[in-house]
Amino acid sequence: MSGPKTTEPVLDVRNLTATFGDGELTAVNDVSFTVGSGEVLGLVGESGSGKSVTLRSIIRLVPASGDVSGEVRWQGQNILAMRDAELRGVRGGQISMIFQEPMSALNPVLPVFTQIEENLKAHTDLDGNGRRARARELMDMVGIPDAARRLKEFPHQFSGGMRQRVMIAIALASNPRLLLADEPTTALDVTIQDQILKLILDLRDELSMSVVLVTHDLGVVAATCDRMAVMYAGRIVETGTVSEVFAQPNHAYTRGLLGSVPHAGTERSRLLSIDGTPPPLDRIPPGCAFNPRCEFATDACRATVPPLQDLSPGRSVACFNRDSVVAAGSPV
Amino acid sequence: MTQDVLITAEDIGKHFPLPQGVVSRLSGRPAPAVHALNGVSFQLRRGETLGVVGESGCGKSTLARCLVRLHECDEGRILFEDQDISALSGTARRAFNRRVQMIFQDPFGSLNPRMKVRSILSEALSVHKMRPAADIPARIAELLDLVRLNPDAADRYPHEFSGGQRQRIGIARALAVEPEVLVADELVSALDVSVQAQVVNLLLDLQDKLHLTVVFVAHDLRLVRHISHRVAVMYLGKVVEIGPTEDLFSAPRHPYTKALLDAAPELDPTRRSRTVAARGELPSPINLPQGCLFHTRCPHALDRCRTERPALTPRSPDHEAACHLTEFGNPETTT
Repeated sequence: MSGPKTTEPVLDVRNLTATFGDGELTAVNDVSFTVGSGEVLGLVGESGSGKSVTLRSIIRLVPASGDVSGEVRWQGQNILAMRDAELRGVRGGQISMIFQEPMSALNPVLPVFTQIEENLKAHTDLDGNGRRARARELMDMVGIPDAARRLKEFPHQFSGGMRQRVMIAIALASNPRLLLADEPTTALDVTIQDQILKLILDLRDELSMSVVLVTHDLGVVAATCDRMAVMYAGRIVETGTVSEVFAQPNHAYTRGLLGSVPHAGTERSRLLSIDGTPPPLDRIPPGCAFNPRCEFATDACRATVPPLQDLSPGRSVACFNRDSVVAAGSPV
Repeated sequence: MTQDVLITAEDIGKHFPLPQGVVSRLSGRPAPAVHALNGVSFQLRRGETLGVVGESGCGKSTLARCLVRLHECDEGRILFEDQDISALSGTARRAFNRRVQMIFQDPFGSLNPRMKVRSILSEALSVHKMRPAADIPARIAELLDLVRLNPDAADRYPHEFSGGQRQRIGIARALAVEPEVLVADELVSALDVSVQAQVVNLLLDLQDKLHLTVVFVAHDLRLVRHISHRVAVMYLGKVVEIGPTEDLFSAPRHPYTKALLDAAPELDPTRRSRTVAARGELPSPINLPQGCLFHTRCPHALDRCRTERPALTPRSPDHEAACHLTEFGNPETTT
């Protein structure tokens, strides 16, 4: 399940930068990563780390006030340079997205069938009957029982978990090659979260999709992702396979984040924790953005931004003091 | 730990009536209601942390509010040092209010945005006449220090603080009146992970320093396991299992607890499972299932589970579960 993929990446993001308000706020700063075929990549970070903006920038879903630069290579083309007509074929077609809050992402005044059909009309050649049959098939695929009846119902008649399934059904309607999932289970209870995450993994296998999963929950990453990229203040600070990063975090932030989560064996002891709070976008500290909260920080960290350096294929870290971090060991 | 019991909940129930149509009322049908608590019993011991865990709609927040008497129970009773709290009035009620304090989930909604931190804290102090007016500034400085905020925080407004700092203010306000019991409802669930750890560490320190008894209500199993001496698992307004933390996590005796533990993602990428822990969804708390409340989702349900609601029965020392399947053991650990 883990281990570096040898296949050509399906998605190659290079130097992605997203700024807002005439370049005053930099939400995503020079972010590069790849997604392999059939791979689940976790983008991890706390609020304001830029993980959601990164995800949205991939299919140009950022508000008009935002300015996105860099390259998003998809099947030989740069999505960021595509004309609108081309983009429409990719966005919602080859690349689909699901969102955190299924109630606000679904249209409350349209029955579920109409919302699935919309995507089928846009991205398939099916006729009316074909779309009806396909919609039922999609409902079965995402595990919504009694599909024929439920297709006529409205979003408010579904529970939170079922709404998320509807959203996945809409996303799958176009047979996407890549699914972008923005905190898909954050609003859900733990047993329902478990159902939805396992559904996404099953669908990944069945439809051989790739998935980029944005989450703040390291437990979700451990349970579902193949590789992970940790973000802080708009930059990727560490990447690697999930087992590599958990076993040996190379960045002080990753280590602190892992230590902040209680796990078996930490009962009633002090958690590692990280002092302070993540910086707001308009007050990102100079040098390494993490330096004011970092126990390993040195003068170099306060002066220069550490570059993201490759350690091995797919494994990289942006930290001047990674030797001390490695020596301190993994908290999990 | 002492076995000295501070609070006893005896079979408490809480129902929130729903609006009823004229026809339904005339036809004499019983008024529909959300059955938030359906016979909850447990004891809270002095000095312990009791974790209350469950998914949304399980009644854990309603229970927290009943414990501090923000809700009155409809059935059963809550005893605080052998006194029924619903019967307290006057000075006895005020003393109870002082000794049992609540900290709320939402660090934005639970502090008055138009009061400086100084007023927020001194209000608590003067309502309960904790200190003569002259000593209040010193006590405020002491409280801020206790929750590790700068002394200059006193002259700022809540909006000037981050979420984690606001939760510290909420803790300081609760501690101002020198309570014995803290009821913390989802204390850290609105905070970022790195900040959660800070507040959790603070809570553990304060508990040691001030010998507090804590009821820690949360949906996050990892947190509850980290903080609690004992854990009560709730489902649809009932405690389905209660026991010492380690015992309950390593050998759950109720199928729902087992499902909850299996569903919670562990911080260990080498332990992955592709089996879904619990199928189906929470039934409506308006029309409760007959029999065992969990039978609609339980993989082990028997005919008896569909008709007869099981009571909490002892399973191992200090460990009770409400399940007909006494032999429902759990050979493998779920850590």
